[in-house]
Parts: sequence; structure tokens; C-alpha cells
Amino acid sequence: MKIIHTDVLIVGGGLAGLRVATGVKERGHDAIVLSLVPPKRSHSAAAQGGMQASLANGKMGEGDNEDVHFSDTIKGSDWGADQVVARMFTHCAPKAIRELAHWGVPWTRVQRGDHTAIINAEKVIINEKDEAHGLITARDFGGTKKWRTCYTSDGTGHSMLFAMDNKAKKEKVEVHERLEAMAIIHEKGRCEGVVARNLMNGELVAYIAKATTIATGGYGRIYSVSTNAIICQGTAHAMALETGVATLGNMEAIQFHPTAIVPVGILTTEGCRGDGGLLLDKDGYRFMPDYEPDKKELASRDVVSRRMTEHMRKGKGVKSRYGDHLWLDITILGRAHIEKNLREVKEICENFLGIDPAVDWIPVRPTQHYSMGGIRTKYTGESQTMKGLYSAGEAACWDMHGFNRLGGNSVSETVVAGMLVAEYISDFLDSSDSDMEIHTSKIEYFVKKEQDKLDALLCKENGEDAYVLRRRMEEIMMEKVGIFRNGDDLKDAVDELEELLKRSSNIEVFRSKSRAANPALVNAYRTQKMIKVALTAALGACLRTESRGAHSREDFPKRDDENWLKRTITSWPDENQTLPTVNYEEINIATMELPPGFRGYGKDLTSHHPQTASRVAKVDKITQELEEKGSDRFEIQNELMPFIDKLPEKYRGINERFGENV
Amino acid sequence: MSDENPRILKISILRFDPHDPEDFPHMETFEIEEAHGMTLYVALNEIREHHDNSLKFDFVCRAGICGSCSMLVNGRPTLACRTLTKKLDEHFTLAPLPLFELIGDLSVYTGKWMRGMNERLESWIHEKENELNVDKLEEKMEPALADEIYELDRCVECGCCVAGCGTAQMKPYFVGAVGLNKIARYQLDPRDKRSDEDYYELIGDEDGVFGCMTLLGCEDVCPKDLPLQSKIAYLRRMMIKTALKN
Repeated sequence: MKIIHTDVLIVGGGLAGLRVATGVKERGHDAIVLSLVPPKRSHSAAAQGGMQASLANGKMGEGDNEDVHFSDTIKGSDWGADQVVARMFTHCAPKAIRELAHWGVPWTRVQRGDHTAIINAEKVIINEKDEAHGLITARDFGGTKKWRTCYTSDGTGHSMLFAMDNKAKKEKVEVHERLEAMAIIHEKGRCEGVVARNLMNGELVAYIAKATTIATGGYGRIYSVSTNAIICQGTAHAMALETGVATLGNMEAIQFHPTAIVPVGILTTEGCRGDGGLLLDKDGYRFMPDYEPDKKELASRDVVSRRMTEHMRKGKGVKSRYGDHLWLDITILGRAHIEKNLREVKEICENFLGIDPAVDWIPVRPTQHYSMGGIRTKYTGESQTMKGLYSAGEAACWDMHGFNRLGGNSVSETVVAGMLVAEYISDFLDSSDSDMEIHTSKIEYFVKKEQDKLDALLCKENGEDAYVLRRRMEEIMMEKVGIFRNGDDLKDAVDELEELLKRSSNIEVFRSKSRAANPALVNAYRTQKMIKVALTAALGACLRTESRGAHSREDFPKRDDENWLKRTITSWPDENQTLPTVNYEEINIATMELPPGFRGYGKDLTSHHPQTASRVAKVDKITQELEEKGSDRFEIQNELMPFIDKLPEKYRGINERFGENV
Repeated sequence: MSDENPRILKISILRFDPHDPEDFPHMETFEIEEAHGMTLYVALNEIREHHDNSLKFDFVCRAGICGSCSMLVNGRPTLACRTLTKKLDEHFTLAPLPLFELIGDLSVYTGKWMRGMNERLESWIHEKENELNVDKLEEKMEPALADEIYELDRCVECGCCVAGCGTAQMKPYFVGAVGLNKIARYQLDPRDKRSDEDYYELIGDEDGVFGCMTLLGCEDVCPKDLPLQSKIAYLRRMMIKTALKN
């Protein structure tokens, strides 16, 4: 049996995982990263449009700060987010971007003087100040009050990931590529590492670590069409569930991005609309202002996706052999702008659609894009129920996005969560609390269990075809757990997925019997895991009888704070269960800095919680009193909802901001 | 291609499983019906799902962004995910990228090669120690320079330039256009404090910029259209100047 020991094991080599790794290294701890693919191929690379950080360098970012970013994030989340976590995040985002600038990301910069922008289909001249010349610039994105999304053309994630991976190489972070975590090794509620499978030779290896971090991204591939990379299958979420101890949060909170190309579902960035692109229907008519007169194409993602779907249901979609779609028109931005700031989009249009987006409209429709749900953690990134198990980035639910994530907040979250969680893990490792004893027989038990499962898949006869089960699961999620949901469909989805789960215990790997690199075997065990994850999402959606953020119930259109201001917590305590166990975690209004309110889209259908009014009154009173006393925004914020002492000391400083304190 | 009469594609794939002692490299041809807008990503998955589920290949983003799926299409290195079948003849061949360690069939271990190259060239910013204070305003950079760095930073390490390189065929330690492009990128970047002499140590030899025979297959096959030719020429001039100076 091969056993590898380290201090911190990180599963996943994307932005979050690599940032955790370099962080713990800096604190003197050893780290090993397990990655399905070379880290630079991780899905972080596909983030196009940008990273939100309230630098306020540009003209259109003037007046921006952590407070505005916080308020946008909470409204975007439809009050589902953990406000302390969102505060920690918005406070650290400027630090994270400055760190990345230092490590080599060639952020696009402010150019002094006049330049033309397209705002609401009209040409506008924006004048950038001399003093800001050369600082990091930002573009507009949906659901934000200011232009806050920093970028490198539309290859932001790529540049960030390359800089991060290069930094990890510099710090000599050990990366074990093409290694897949299969099961968590644990005892008495303590995570002790994982059993991993080498995808090249099939060998099972036990990794033993004092802290294990899951940073594997989202679970979008439980849908048949998704913008996600094909490795975003949620199998690490299933692995956490299979401990029976760790819990998942808000798995039904799934975001659909308005503009993925049809039919392949590849993303075109929100930057297209941020930079002035328009959504048009089959008549070439710009319909978003009719639905959302204020924010139009730049309403929050969940809102735009629903409006597009509504509009197509009215018969305004463009018919195609792949179903209806709408048009994204960026021709008005001009070729020069597209070739400089939207070049990935241009490449994608040329290669996959055979069109030139400087001349032609792009066929788009809302497509699965982001998983707000994930491994439920404390603000430290540690599982609420399993010691030594951490999670960061899209894989986690710590929970800064609630029921809808703002564009530009995802890559930003990865690096902020990475830098913070690395510190909390290091503190844990520096204390005797992390001491751990594990018997080799225990390790052997977990390795053998995985070996037995693989053997069963390879030896089974007359079993099920994993592809058949998986394709059906994907279809169920598409058809019944989509943008608009209803009780009947969701009930059907849960029943049918439960049936698929039962059948999945009988999967047979046909023909391809190799124990080494074997895609059929990989598909077999991943399918078993993915169906479990799909069930958590479908059941959570079925039980949540309200509409909140991206979870939209046609039979329950109201946001129901009185009954549903809470997180869905899913677990799988008994491996023989055919459905997950669902519990709820209340979200406390009494401690909120920004009490529940109206997001400002469509009609206000909120059914408010009885406590909301008193919290609003209290927040207003405190704010007014402190303002009269001459307190600054930091003092007022601290009085309403203290968070700064939760941050690692090195990240507590006030951010310098052009025009505010510089 | 008309919808009524889709073409039947004959896809010949060079197959070999190095983990199977009985196996030897051989061509295997699969026939599938072409679909509208079909890419090699779609075609290969169809083969795996319906014809042979042991077929090995690598896709990750399937959008031309991550660089995982480079392979030889009719002998030419390219990204498979964004190759439309309609641009190919009915019968075409696929083979794994040469020069990289073979995992099986079309799957090669580019990650290992790239890691070796990156570590050797220390392809990261060599900053001054303890310079960073994350609370402070970022250092300014000329907007045009940032754009110029990004232009070279767009490399996805797919390995096509190495597979298309005559020098790399003969010199196993040649850093390839991918490696030289990294140096050109860092040399532009004021945040990297290395001197031209430092770069000379890394690429001023036969395995570096002086190994290049200027066949420029790299530039022909680069899926990101990086200006490899001009950057290699520039580096060579710079390195000669550095050598003469010392």
C-alpha cells in the first residue's frame, strides 16, 4: 500500500486550491495538490470577463468601496448569503487583486483622457484622470452599482490561473497530476486524508494529512448542457457526502448564465453586455428594457436568464434545430473593441459558429453555469461537522453567494477564499488541536473499500450501462430542475433520480476492463457519485417552496422570508439511504448589516419576516446616531456587524483607494 | 453537408495502450454519422460512448481555452475541441501529439513536459523581496505595456508548437517556442527583476534560442496565433548582444 504523508492536502488545482497551497507553504507547512489535470487546464482558466474588486480607479468606479460591493453582493444573493463572509470577502478582494498584480497578472490598465464607451446603446465619452493612468481599470457587469470588474481582455481567468500556477511552482508546491480523490479517510468526525486513484496507471494511493481542502469547483456537469468544463462533475461533493458526516449547503442554488452559445453551451462573457452589447429577439427587437427598465441587459444574471426564457415562451425566440434561442449583438461595440477586449469571444464565435461577431449576431440562450451550493463550511473554510476537512472556492458554500452569484465575484472569491482559508488552516496546524493519530489498518480499510468497489464494477455481469444512467440524469436535471421549476416536475425528478441511484449500484463496465487508464471505469464510478449530487439539488429544490435568487418556483413565486430565510443542509448519514437527509440552518436577521429588502427587479413579491422591520429600524437608528456623532463608514459598519476580528491579522488593514484615502 | 444526407465519417485513430503488454501501436477506423456543427470533441465522445469505451483522449474546457486536447489531425498539431468535422474530408486520421509521454491512444502527458520547462526557465515573476503591501495601491503600468504582456501571456501550453518543431525532434531538451515565448513575456515585464544576463543563463545555448533552426512550424500551428517568429528573432538578437557585451 502506497501512503503519502503531508501537512495539507489540497484536492483541486484551480485558483482556490493553488492559492491555499501557496498560503500554507508561506506559513511553513507542506502541501500537496491533487489535480485531475495539469493545474493550468483547470476550469478557472475559462473565466473570461473579470474579477470584482472595489478599487475605484476609473471614472465609472468613482465612489466605489467595500460597502457598495457588499451591498451589491447581498442583494445579488437575494439575502441568502452569510453577511459576515460577504464582508470579509469584499474587504479582501482589493488585496487579492493587488497580490495577483504583483505576481504577474497583466491587468488591463486605465488610459488617461477621453475614450468612447457604449452605455445603453449610445456612445458616451468618458474621461479618465491623469492621476489614475496606469492603475488597474474595470468594466461594467450585471447587478453592480459601479464599474468594478477588473480584467485582462476576456482572458481574465487564464491570466490569473497562469500567474497563480507559476507562483505555486516558484514556491515549490508539489502537484500530483492526473490523480483523482475517491474517498475521504476519516474517523470519529476527523478527516485524515483521502484515497486517490492515479488516472494514468490505476494505482490507489492513500494521502494522509492533518488538513484536507476540497477545491474542486462546481457540479455543473450534472446537466446535459453546461458552460462548465467537463471535469466539473461534483464528484468531490459526493465524496464529502459519502463520509456521512460532512454536509452540503444550498445544493439547489444553481445559476444559469444568460449568454452561452447555441447549441454547444460555451460561454460568452457577461463583459459583452457590460461593454454595451444588447439582447435581441427574433425580430431584432431589444426586449430587456421592457422587462427591466432600470438595469436592462445588466440586471443580475438570474433575472436576465428568466426574462430571456419568458420572452422565448412568448414565441419571440429564434427557431433553430436545437430549440429556441435569442441574439447577443455586440456589433455596436466595433471591431477594434472586440479584437482587443473580447478576443476569446471572437475566437469562440469563429471556431464554433463560423461567424464574425463584429458583423453577425451571436445565437445565445441561458445555460447552466455556476454552483452556489457546495460543501458547507464555517467562515474559516472548515466543514461545520467534520474536523480537518476544509473547502474553498466554487466547491464550498461558506456562503458568500446565497442564491445568486454576481458576475465577476467567482474568480474573486477563489483567490480571496484561498488566501483566508490558507491562514485558518495554518493556525489550525500550528495548534495542538490538529494533532492526529491514525492506525495503518484504518488506512488499509479505506483503500480496500475503494479497491473492492472498482473490482465490483469491472467484474459485474449483466449490469447497467453507466452512460445510459448518466445521460438520463442529465436530461432530468435539464428538463425538471432548470431555470423555472415547479412542484410536479421536481417530485418527478426526485423519484426518477432515486430510481437511477438504485440502478447505479448495478453498473457494469462493458468491454474495457483495464485497471490502468480506463475512461469506461472512470465514467462508471463518477456516474454513481454524480447521481447522488443531482439528488441533493433536486430534493433541495423540491422542498424549497419559495422563489429566491436563481431558485425560481412557478408554483411559489414569492420570496418567503418568513419560512425560508434559511440554508438547505444535505447529508447522507447511512450509505444505504436512497435519498439524502435534508435539514435547515436559520439565517439570523438580528445580526444582519443589510436586513432583507427588495432587490429592485420586477414586482416586489417578498413575504417579509416579522423580524425584518425591527432590524431595519435598528440599523437606521444606529447609522443615524453614529453619522450625527461624525463616525466614519468603518466605525458605523463595525457597530452594525463586526467582522474584522475574524480576519487573519495580516489582512485587516484599510485598503488604499484613489480619491478616498490617497 | 445537407441534413438529409449526412456524411459518414471514417476516422482512423492511432491507438496504443502502453499498460497492456499485448498491445502494439495500430490504426483503428471508426465510422460515425456526421452531425451539424460537429467538432472532434463531439465525434470522439460519440465513438467512446457508442463504439469503444476504452478510447483515451483529453478534453477539459472543450472551448479552445485550456489547451488539453491538442493532437495530430491529418498529421498537423491542433486543438481538437474546436476543429469542426465539416472542415475535414470524409476520411481523416487522428494521432497523439508526438514528443510527449503517451498515456494511451490520443492522451499524452503534456503537463509533465510543461512543468519541466517552466521550472527550468523559472517562468515566474522574480520580484524584489518583501516589496508587497496588499493594502497599498498597486504599482502603475503603462496600459499599452500591459496589453503587450497579455498578448504573450495568452499561451495555453497546449504543446502544438513543440509537436510542430523540427528542432524539438532532434534535441530532447530544447525549450521550444513555448519556452522562448515565456522568456520574451517576462523580459517585457518590469515586475520581473531579472537581467538580460540572467535570461542568457537560461536560454543562451543550443537548447534555448540558439537551437532554433527557424523552420517556424511553431508559428504555423499555434492555435492562439502568438507572434512566435518575431519574438524568437528578437530574443536571438538580444541574446547575441548580451553575449557580445560580456
